Amino acid sequence: MDTKVIVEESQELQNITKEESVGPWKMVWLRFKKKKIALTGVIILIILVLSAVFAPFLTPYSPDEMNFSNVNAAPSRQNWMGTDNLGRDYFTRLLYGGRVSLMVGVISAFISVTLGSTIGGIAGFFGGRVDNILMRFAEIVMSFPFLPLAITISAVVGANVAPETKMYIVMMIIGCLSWPGLSRIVRGQILSLKEQEFVLAAKALGIPNYKIILKHLIPNTIGYIIVSAALSMANAIMAESGLSFLGLGVVPPTPTWGNMVQHARNLHVLRTRPWLWIPPGVAILLAVMSINLLGDGLRDAIDPKSNN
Amino acid sequence: MSNNVLEVKNLKTYFYTDKGVVKAVDGVDFTIEYGKTLGIVGESGCGKSITSMSVLRLIPTPPGKIEDGEVIFEGRDLLKVSEKEIRSIRGNDISMIFQEPMTSLNPVFTVGDQIMEAIILHQKLSEEEARKKAIEMINLVNIPRADKIVDEYPHQLSGGMRQRVMIAMALACMPKLLIADEPTTALDVTIQAQVLEIMNDLKEKLNTAIMLITHDLGVIAEMADHVIVMYCGKVVEEAPVQELFDNPKHPYTQGLLNSKPSIVENKNRLESIRGTVPNPRLLPKGCYFNPRCKYAVDKCRQEQPTLEEITTGHKVSCFVACKEVE
Amino acid sequence: MLRYLARRILHMIPVMIIISICIFTIIKLTPGSPVGLNLDPEMTAEQRQAEYERLGLHLPLPVQYVNWVGRSLNGDFGPSSLYNRPVSEIVPKYVWNSFKLNVLVFIFAFLLSVPIGIICAVKQYSFTDNFWTVFSLFGISMPSFFFGLLLIYFFAAKLGWFPISGMMTAGSNLTGMANVLDQLRHMILPATVLTIGSLASLVRYTRTSMLDIIKQDYIRTARSKGLTEKVVIYRHAFRNAMLPIVTLIGFWVPQLFSGAVILETVFNWPGIGQIMLNAINFRDYNLMMATLLLFAVLTLLGNLLADIGYAVVDPRIKVE
Repeated sequence: MDTKVIVEESQELQNITKEESVGPWKMVWLRFKKKKIALTGVIILIILVLSAVFAPFLTPYSPDEMNFSNVNAAPSRQNWMGTDNLGRDYFTRLLYGGRVSLMVGVISAFISVTLGSTIGGIAGFFGGRVDNILMRFAEIVMSFPFLPLAITISAVVGANVAPETKMYIVMMIIGCLSWPGLSRIVRGQILSLKEQEFVLAAKALGIPNYKIILKHLIPNTIGYIIVSAALSMANAIMAESGLSFLGLGVVPPTPTWGNMVQHARNLHVLRTRPWLWIPPGVAILLAVMSINLLGDGLRDAIDPKSNN
Repeated sequence: MSNNVLEVKNLKTYFYTDKGVVKAVDGVDFTIEYGKTLGIVGESGCGKSITSMSVLRLIPTPPGKIEDGEVIFEGRDLLKVSEKEIRSIRGNDISMIFQEPMTSLNPVFTVGDQIMEAIILHQKLSEEEARKKAIEMINLVNIPRADKIVDEYPHQLSGGMRQRVMIAMALACMPKLLIADEPTTALDVTIQAQVLEIMNDLKEKLNTAIMLITHDLGVIAEMADHVIVMYCGKVVEEAPVQELFDNPKHPYTQGLLNSKPSIVENKNRLESIRGTVPNPRLLPKGCYFNPRCKYAVDKCRQEQPTLEEITTGHKVSCFVACKEVE
Repeated sequence: MLRYLARRILHMIPVMIIISICIFTIIKLTPGSPVGLNLDPEMTAEQRQAEYERLGLHLPLPVQYVNWVGRSLNGDFGPSSLYNRPVSEIVPKYVWNSFKLNVLVFIFAFLLSVPIGIICAVKQYSFTDNFWTVFSLFGISMPSFFFGLLLIYFFAAKLGWFPISGMMTAGSNLTGMANVLDQLRHMILPATVLTIGSLASLVRYTRTSMLDIIKQDYIRTARSKGLTEKVVIYRHAFRNAMLPIVTLIGFWVPQLFSGAVILETVFNWPGIGQIMLNAINFRDYNLMMATLLLFAVLTLLGNLLADIGYAVVDPRIKVE
């Protein structure tokens, strides 16, 4: 009889360990999986990414292939979204435009997250003068409203640059202007982590700085950084599309969703050929929205205490 | 008329979480007499705070829900009265002070504003009269310069002062019952003594009954007339304070008392209760305490004991303890 | 309070100096003739040199910078090569146009978003809350230019309810009330785009901050006093939720103006954003510098406004 009790007890113990021993990332995934709306975002995003990556297999045309006998065509079986004023297949340009737009988003976000977390991390960890100088610097960058500055720099730097390289300049501009927000938050987190008992204990034990950073500080901020990477990618796509729409971002012949919407600045096109500007606009909307959904879902999953 | 200001019968408050139901309070009974202090003791997570919040229906719903039971205050069941009626009781007939004096006061209003609010609401006094009353109350809790303090913001006061302000606020309408949820836990020892003294003092002056929730047996010894001990949402022992300290019956109560340092007996080692509080979603079968209990017998692992009166006023929920008495 | 304000303003001065240096450097880096495009190509080398010297462009850059700052402080931003008038005459007029649009948006967005955000937080996961959550998501993810174009396409081009662009009916000489109504009619579409964009993030923000507040201990205290839910929410919770909202508004005002750069282009609204784009496209350096400076000052003022607002709402600030 006693053995039966012991067996039961050990089973109970197993149940407890099973529940408590789920790793933090597994836990995040389990929570994320439950959010239907965030999963929808991921699926939309995957479709967009796949269609951009496999563009050559999805269309028989190349994005720059002109056909002067078939300009300004309406949507048809051959050209699903018609053709533009140079007779290029518009659906093809939409797919390749997605490549550029998404790539600009990824790389800009990478630049801004790297800068933001490094600068914020250094400022928070070393404190004192370093912190003061870096945060002043961040404040100055933040004092410029993003769009006017990005437009000006793009006009200044991009003036004598070949159209193909403008894409990289746009990435740099967006990445280098949008890090301060993240750096401030990372700094704040590091500052408060530094005061926490487990870090103080590690210091008191004489554990070297790099180990404290690797073992305690990075694991405790990485969740936030991942979430903000997603959100800054959404912002970067939005910014690129705005700049390109104004003609100061990525310029034709390189297609992006932003400069494709530019067609609508011609009133005649706006009125009579909505297929030229509505699809790329919807593509931007879908891309930004799905990434925002992903970001929100991740935030909820990583930090269940947050409400949004 | 009964001597009891409050009678709680078979109170059940459950929380519905993603991972399952937590029976935070599971069939709790107790009574409080007019002008007396009832101490509720237990480790954190045993449901003592939830019990106190349930009395005033302050449980956040969802996830929490009061499933069953009666809370009879002066003949009315507080769990059945209208929302309006319970509001007229909160802060007026029954008021509460909370564990965290640092965060329990609203940072953007002055201390006076916050004390006056309840006075104006329940006693229908004018702003001026309420202000006078507020200053009077601040004086009463032994804060000097009351006429200055009344216009200060919480952040300008120390923790002990804030807790005294909380007491002033709670007592402003002369409640018949004061629920104090760990009122001194967050304070320094010397400040703790002052705050307890003020509470005892005011209890005498205003003849307020107190429901005192704490995990600190020293506080209980000093303040309570009657004590209930809670474990995992259930009452395991109930007795007058002297009886409980002299003659603890439940192994859990014994454990709690043994883990307390004493100057009288010169013990070299403090005893601790082995094991930890079980996960509230995976409570053990039988008596919830059995995995940690050194006296546990087979019956304890199979059936749940009920609270039995063993001597007058002393109840215990334990098969072993009850058998002993027989 | 006054000391706090003074300290904040003093703090702005070095930031402002660095910003002006940045602007000056950016503009000087711009390739092309610094005198502007409207320089007569027939000019001889001597004439050109004379023009340079007249404009002080032969001096070393630091001296040029000091001269520029000196003149700017006196309100002289030089002539605009594009409009052939002093910059200081052009800018205020267009700023006023942007201001008209933005004030309307500010009032609508603020008046709507705060109560909506509070209701969403109080009734979390209700139908209302879910509706506004989806709405916010759309609003945040919708590029303003695309949304503007859609509105133009449907409501102006197809249905003809509103004018397609501009600020007033061309060629009409309306005065008084008729003029105001005409301008309002032109304003509705761009204002809708900006309001919905702002509403989306403001509702979200108010909701989050309110959700955070209603979990605080002092809200429980307020309830335990017997206050009605209305008083608890609109007095105790609201005052606290205002703190982050006030900060947000500080950042939002400059954003509103700079976001207008795109929207003014879409709707052909003669505001500061359009002027700036024209200045860039036609290499009007004085105008570029002035508009950039204006945007930076607006941002700093917005931050200052946020700080002041914060100090007014939060009693904890004053003592520090």
